[in-house]
Amino acid sequence: MNLLESFRIALRALSANKARSALTMLGVIIGVAAVILLVSIGTGVQTQVTGSIEGLGSNLLFVFPGNYTSGSGGGPGGPGASLRKPFTLDDAQSLQVRLGDSAVVVPVAQGQAAMKVGNRTWNSSISAGNEFGMEVFTATMAGGRFYNRSEVTASRRVVLLGATVSENLFPGQNPVGRTVAVDGQPFTVIGYFEPQGGSMSGDSDNAIYMPITTAQQLLGSKDISMIVVKAADANEVDLLKSRVELLLRPKFKDQFTVFTQQQTLGLLSTLLGTLTAMLAGLASISLLVGGIGIMNIMLVSVSERTREIGIRKAVGARTYDILSQFVIEAIVLSVLGGVVGIIVGAGGALALSKWVPAEVSFWSVVLAFLFSAAVGVFFGVYPAYRASRLDPIEALRYE
Amino acid sequence: MTPEPPTAGARPVDPAEVLASAQGPACAVDAVLDIRNVSKCYVLEEVVVNALRGVDLEVCRGEMLAIMGPSGSGKSTLMHIVGLLDHPTTGSVSIDGQDVSGMSPNELAAVRNKRIGFVFQSFNLLARTTAQANVELPLIYAGLSASERARRARNALERVGLGNRLGHMPNQLSGGQQQRVAIARALVTEPSIVLADEPTGNLDSRSGVEVMQILQNLNDQGITVVLVTHDARVARHAQRVVHIRDGQIVLNECVEHRIIANIEVAELESDAPLADELGVLSVNTRSGA
Repeated sequence: MNLLESFRIALRALSANKARSALTMLGVIIGVAAVILLVSIGTGVQTQVTGSIEGLGSNLLFVFPGNYTSGSGGGPGGPGASLRKPFTLDDAQSLQVRLGDSAVVVPVAQGQAAMKVGNRTWNSSISAGNEFGMEVFTATMAGGRFYNRSEVTASRRVVLLGATVSENLFPGQNPVGRTVAVDGQPFTVIGYFEPQGGSMSGDSDNAIYMPITTAQQLLGSKDISMIVVKAADANEVDLLKSRVELLLRPKFKDQFTVFTQQQTLGLLSTLLGTLTAMLAGLASISLLVGGIGIMNIMLVSVSERTREIGIRKAVGARTYDILSQFVIEAIVLSVLGGVVGIIVGAGGALALSKWVPAEVSFWSVVLAFLFSAAVGVFFGVYPAYRASRLDPIEALRYE
Repeated sequence: MTPEPPTAGARPVDPAEVLASAQGPACAVDAVLDIRNVSKCYVLEEVVVNALRGVDLEVCRGEMLAIMGPSGSGKSTLMHIVGLLDHPTTGSVSIDGQDVSGMSPNELAAVRNKRIGFVFQSFNLLARTTAQANVELPLIYAGLSASERARRARNALERVGLGNRLGHMPNQLSGGQQQRVAIARALVTEPSIVLADEPTGNLDSRSGVEVMQILQNLNDQGITVVLVTHDARVARHAQRVVHIRDGQIVLNECVEHRIIANIEVAELESDAPLADELGVLSVNTRSGA
């Protein structure tokens, strides 16, 4: 008996129990679709985050208070957290003075703000820097101008709006020159940005930008969350890093961390990669459950068709014929489920990609398909083996 | 039990039949089947059952043999051993002169496929499968091409008078028709021997007679037929009857007054109007109550 014949027998048997076959496949469909969907989202987020970091340019250094490199150091919430000494504007100032023309230093403060224009209200995050902020913020201006040095020095209440904020507070209008209440304080809008999608620090469209001195007054804190240093020459990032470390050590000991963009990228990639793998692992569990469903149904099918097996053996079916018949049946179930699952998962990922970054990667489809086929073989072999070993006379007597 | 139609005993005996059966039970020049000292023991609920105890049997080529005995006599076990569905505990089985004792399950399957055709009491057709596909089944395992299978299956179904029922499912066929499909399936591989296990057991008497007619006609065409029955009347369709009791052959006799199913069928057809007039007879002859 050839393979084609086995396929026809398997298809006939499966179509004889359509509802049961469909429900069995559902387990595999859900498993495969979940794997593809979650891996797609994971890959999509990874691509977007790394893309947005790469978009910053390769010559940035991020200096954070606290030690993130050694295990004993004060990571956020770690044992050293309370010892962590925050940066101040003066630290940034002195860095700029000592680094001179080789770098641009931008102290960055972050916070949350509630805004009001007329009867419209909106909440967003605050990103604050100095007059060189545009060097490190990845936004493109849609209109207006960035704040200048004198506005920073004088803590002027001027603000630039991210695309989302602008669209919600001033729908369809040019916000430049308008007044917006930020945490109850009147601010003048001097510019706004193009939409640019999400980034590593959340949604940069839903943010407002203001001079850091203004932000410190508004937030009531002298602390700054990080210092961004941009090298004038991209080739001297490593040299710059050692200089920054040398300059900060006298005051901060080891309670600060300098990340280059490459490090940040590597760190985030590893993190997101692990996360994606974890999601895929969780989804595979449902694929495993689907496989057990197949085994269960195949065992039922074997005992239900014991007589059929007896008849087939009586008229000359060999062990191999019965084995291949049932294995192929299980493979057809799981591969069909796998194909439908791929369509559902990829379709779902494409539909979701309007809201969530999702990328259907080729390898996830291939992997899910192979996995589903393997599930069919693995969980189909045992019931098929049992069927093929039945004694013909026992099988014929079976009621 | 199938009651005898009232005309059966009164039928004249064909002298040729008597002559044929007078040659006696020890026949074989060319044995299709040779069983030597076969015993079968099995354990059923911790009791050892000796289903067969030293059975010797030869079936000649072209013969029609009935194995007869009450239920529990071991006749079905013998049938299964002859059909290579079961292994004897001791003794040897040869088919077409070939000893099958040491064969692997797959080799036995090949012998069943090529040399043996089965007809079962309960038909054993595949459900939700057309008559033609059922008949093709052994040919699939013989490795024949689809077109050759279809040709031979149609041919076999025509031989049993079902040439117009190729696409019917078993549940669309009467019991007699299903058994004829099963006979076609047994024939289609052109086996050395057709084994029929209580072929009329699940049929009304009319269908039973028709099935016996087909088996007798096949035998007339040279096919060796072995049938197993507990019904003396069915057994008398054969040329020779082997009586089995408690796992042993107790009597090996040639049939005198062999029943010819062609005549029976003709009589049933001519009786039909009469039976319709006489209600009681109708019950006896037509429905086999």
